[in-house]
Amino acid sequence: MKPITLTINGETIRATVPPRLHLADFLRDQCGLTGTHLGCEHGVCGACTIRLDGAIVRSCLVLAVQADDTIIETIEGVTDSGEARALQAAFAARNALQCGYCTPGMVITALDFLATAPDPCDRSAIRAHLSGNYCRCTGYEAIIDAIAMVGGQ
Amino acid sequence: MKSAAFDYVRAGSVAEAIARLAADPFGTKLLAGGQSLLPALNLRLSAPALLVDIARLPELAGITLTGTTLRIGAGCTHASLLTAPEIARHAPLIAEALAHVAHPAIRSRGTLGGSLANADPAAELPAVMLALDATMIIEGPSGTRHIKATDFFTGMFETALAADEILIALEIPIRTQRSGFAELARRHGDYAIIGLAATMTADATRLAFFAGGPTAQLAQRAAGALGTGPLNHERIAAACTALAQDLPAHDDPEASASMRLHLARVLLRRVITPWINPSIRTPITA
Amino acid sequence: MSFTDPDRPSRQIGRALPRSASRRLAQGRGRFASDITLPRMVHAAFVRSPHAHAELGAIALDAARAMPGIVGVFDAAAIDPWCTPWVGTLTHLAGLKSAPQYPLARGRVRFHGEPVAMVLATSRAEAEDAAEQITVDYQPLPPVVDALAALAPDAVPIHPELGDNLAFERRIEAGDIAAAMAMADEIITLDFDFARHTGVTLEPRAVVADWNEGEQRLTVHAGTQVPHMLQDIYALHFGLAAHQVRVLAPDVGGSFGIKIHIYPDEMAAIAASRALRRPVRFVADRLESFIGDIHARGHQVRAQIGVTRAGDITFFDVDDLTGIGPYSAYPRTSAVEANQVINLIGGPYAVANYRARARVVFQTKAMMSQYRAVGHPIATTVTEALVDAAARRIGVDPVTLRRRNLIADDAYPCQSASGMRFEALSHHGCLEKLHAMMGYDALRAEQAALRARGVRRGIGIASFIEITNPGAAFYGVGGAHISAQEGATIRLDAAGHVVLQAGVTEQGQGTETILAQIAAEALGLAPEQVLVRLGDTDSTPYGGGTWASRGAGVGGEAAWQAAHALRGQLLTLAASLLQADPSRLDLRNGQITDDDGTARMALADLARIAHFRPDTLPPGIVPELAATRHHVPRDYPFAFTNGVQGSLVEIDTETGFITLLRHWVVEDCGTIINPLLVDEQIRGGVVQGLGAALFEACRYDAEGQMTNATMADYLVPMAAEMPDIEIGHVCTPTAETALGAKGAGEAGTAAAAAAVLNAVNDALAPDAALLTALPLTPARVLAALGVIG
Repeated sequence: MKPITLTINGETIRATVPPRLHLADFLRDQCGLTGTHLGCEHGVCGACTIRLDGAIVRSCLVLAVQADDTIIETIEGVTDSGEARALQAAFAARNALQCGYCTPGMVITALDFLATAPDPCDRSAIRAHLSGNYCRCTGYEAIIDAIAMVGGQ
Repeated sequence: MKSAAFDYVRAGSVAEAIARLAADPFGTKLLAGGQSLLPALNLRLSAPALLVDIARLPELAGITLTGTTLRIGAGCTHASLLTAPEIARHAPLIAEALAHVAHPAIRSRGTLGGSLANADPAAELPAVMLALDATMIIEGPSGTRHIKATDFFTGMFETALAADEILIALEIPIRTQRSGFAELARRHGDYAIIGLAATMTADATRLAFFAGGPTAQLAQRAAGALGTGPLNHERIAAACTALAQDLPAHDDPEASASMRLHLARVLLRRVITPWINPSIRTPITA
Repeated sequence: MSFTDPDRPSRQIGRALPRSASRRLAQGRGRFASDITLPRMVHAAFVRSPHAHAELGAIALDAARAMPGIVGVFDAAAIDPWCTPWVGTLTHLAGLKSAPQYPLARGRVRFHGEPVAMVLATSRAEAEDAAEQITVDYQPLPPVVDALAALAPDAVPIHPELGDNLAFERRIEAGDIAAAMAMADEIITLDFDFARHTGVTLEPRAVVADWNEGEQRLTVHAGTQVPHMLQDIYALHFGLAAHQVRVLAPDVGGSFGIKIHIYPDEMAAIAASRALRRPVRFVADRLESFIGDIHARGHQVRAQIGVTRAGDITFFDVDDLTGIGPYSAYPRTSAVEANQVINLIGGPYAVANYRARARVVFQTKAMMSQYRAVGHPIATTVTEALVDAAARRIGVDPVTLRRRNLIADDAYPCQSASGMRFEALSHHGCLEKLHAMMGYDALRAEQAALRARGVRRGIGIASFIEITNPGAAFYGVGGAHISAQEGATIRLDAAGHVVLQAGVTEQGQGTETILAQIAAEALGLAPEQVLVRLGDTDSTPYGGGTWASRGAGVGGEAAWQAAHALRGQLLTLAASLLQADPSRLDLRNGQITDDDGTARMALADLARIAHFRPDTLPPGIVPELAATRHHVPRDYPFAFTNGVQGSLVEIDTETGFITLLRHWVVEDCGTIINPLLVDEQIRGGVVQGLGAALFEACRYDAEGQMTNATMADYLVPMAAEMPDIEIGHVCTPTAETALGAKGAGEAGTAAAAAAVLNAVNDALAPDAALLTALPLTPARVLAALGVIG
């Protein structure tokens, strides 16, 4: 077991974790942050995407011990801060989610796109940025629409 | 799909990491970005006793330009290289290739050194290093050694790194050259069916293919057939013919060996043909 | 009542309202079965067979028992006392045979991934650690991988007691095939190969089972489409009365038919909860999903079409072969897919001559059964590729051939050669609308111009029919306890809002929202004043859940009828208070109004009086403020819908790569309750079909091992490769219900791959290359072009 201290959604968290525990399981099981979802646990589906020190990462491909002394933001954090409000409203208005399981990862990835993209309305650039986030329900178009809507605001 | 148990230590220095490796070279694995290691752990394809985390070592960080040599720390993430001005200016081939490497949330963690040391035959960066004539800087218990990229990739997921050595940086000679990159992947960010990273100076062409065999490799005969001096379609056709001797046969469910060779020729034509026109230049200058 | 009048009062049906659950889900506030944690809960992990076929010898469990955190270890002998076996047969699928299936393999393993032993531990990681310590003696038997080889006289019978490996066979012969062959000027024969797929729901299958020894009750939180069906089956196989079983369906992270079947690992985990008397969570990991979830769509079809030079299709003749794994799935069986393939082939066309055979075969691969659009993609691809091939052969445009042969829009009611009864379809209306939306003639001109410049584009069209709103004909008549009827219970609460409980379930398609719209329109409320509760067998009326595109058409109708009954109660009560004629009163905007809309009394006031001041009501009036109604389709076995899809592709003939440029859909699902949700159902369905077209395939080696059971190797459609999809509608309501709604959940998947295949073959026609195998990989394209051997 290893002690870690990290900031999660603005709160300082001290915990003791087994080295093998990945960050997604730590967030879900130890912190109760079940908005981060697990779809594949081998880094392909994007459902567990969160922010670590400002950059988006797959939380199934980061060990909790690696996250010692980092700043973590999850869907709960970007919701509480209001940062994701416009995107979440656009996702709802455009019906850009069905089962909702991919949505937290999509929203976190979309925030990253909007923060970094030279042209936030460029649909093919949005598609490329989301290319590692799997959605079985929507067919993606409504998600692209929602992000472009916010990009145009 | 949970990893087997292991111990973990964050190394305070390269020296400490080497000492940890030396203590149990086969039970210990280095952890940098973890973007290839963690899937293997989660799938229980790998079960080390100890992970030594080297991600935060300052000795592995940074990009420095000295004379005509660009030194890139092995710990640089893909994302940082994609936006680094030194890369854009002096080694744009790296950034061009990185745009094809997985997805943003992987590139933010994945490191240059990790990609090279992992030596996945379908990975882009080993081929890029071959094309750029990079030199690997390796530290081990007996000190530092330099290995050319051409000698570094020894087989499928195998390199010249000894079990107690660490790739700490690589050096790229800055040359006036053209460079080009192309790959064919089923989906954006997937490992390629076949890919090519190429450079051409006044006196040498380097055609580095990946996913065409057990390791990224220079197509020497094809490069020889291209020769030096003004390019033309005939020389490119000759290079495509010669490619058959460069690429080992290799079937997988996505492509037969003959399809791979065909696609490699298509990429070779597509990357090199624009260079026939001397007005199209992508120079790298010191 | 016409739902097409946009100016009617209280209009809710037809509005493009966002879903009520979207805000919660977009905030990460979903509650999925895999999120549920209960006190003393333990986690299940399985030892799964690495062999496709083997005799099971000794299973050594002791080393696992000694591992840290272990609470229980089970093999078949330990779990069987807790759970009886099941057999996936139904009497209306005459001749279908299967063998008993157990939670953990007994005696033999019959597919790679079959559960052999189970470990329960305080964490999933510990359970996996211990599972690694279990050793199993396997004596390998010959794998039976290829479906055709499984039928050979010398094939190893997978269940010796069943004789051979033929699980089911059905033939159809209609009209006069010999005469139709003689009449045809051209007969084209094509051999199709369809890959196996699986659903790849993003949330894997998940159950949290909680046997309460004190209550003597089993509560199962399940990521499921069918809570009442599970309740019935759990009671039956765990030896309980139905009322001892409560099934709760929380948010479900994708289902698509995958979460409608009985799975041995889930049954084992639930049985373990009873044996251990504590909660058990089983969440399949992605590897378990690939080898343990239901697969579908692996078919080989030889098919013929006859056509005259004038362009009349004279017959279809098909022979379908499909391998379903070692068992027929329970309780829906694994014969339905092939059955639907031959029921649906040729369905859009006025062709009386039809011959078909379907053979369903046991093999030692993962089980196949129902998955979104069961059988439709196979049937549509076969039919539409044949029609295009016929058009090419006689040199007419594929749209022209369809105009000539599709069933006329005024020919209904009628039935297909296979006996499918159509109430009212709109093939020509849809085709003409699609033709206009695509700008078909301009696309053809552009295609020719680009072809001259070496750019290779193709245009594909695919008409389709879709089975929706099934009655009891689907399963009930065969003996399955699968409810075709749906119930809805609605009640007025004391504040003047309503609570609606229904048996249909929410999988993200928007059931909650459309039920709220339906009730709101009937009661003159806003949809947010209707609280919808689903997915709990303790509190919702009995229903079948989500399958066969029935939520809107069947569940919606029950909600409409229940809301209307409540409306009648409210107006009667209001009339007694207002001393008015109830037939002259209306409900609008939360008010009791006169029929001209003049407000007479707030509904909230009526609710208040009814609940708190019944003493002020006229003598003898006892307010009844709740109603339950049920609906089941009776006039037709299914409400067929129809539509047509179009695809524009570009092919890189050097690399074999296909780019999907544009995609169009026109479909007719009758009354559209919420166009926003319908369109996104169609888009999502189309992309599932596009995955089939280009990417998806469960690959097996000769030993029967699935070789691409990761998300890096099983290629699902991702955002970067998918096109935007343009959607249009034609509206032919069913007369069987007041709402007139038919299903829309499977229309997209039904024909997307067919449209793409036709587009690709259109692009390759100048090279005389023809593809009939899906997915359309670069290797197949290059081979068809003769670029590679």
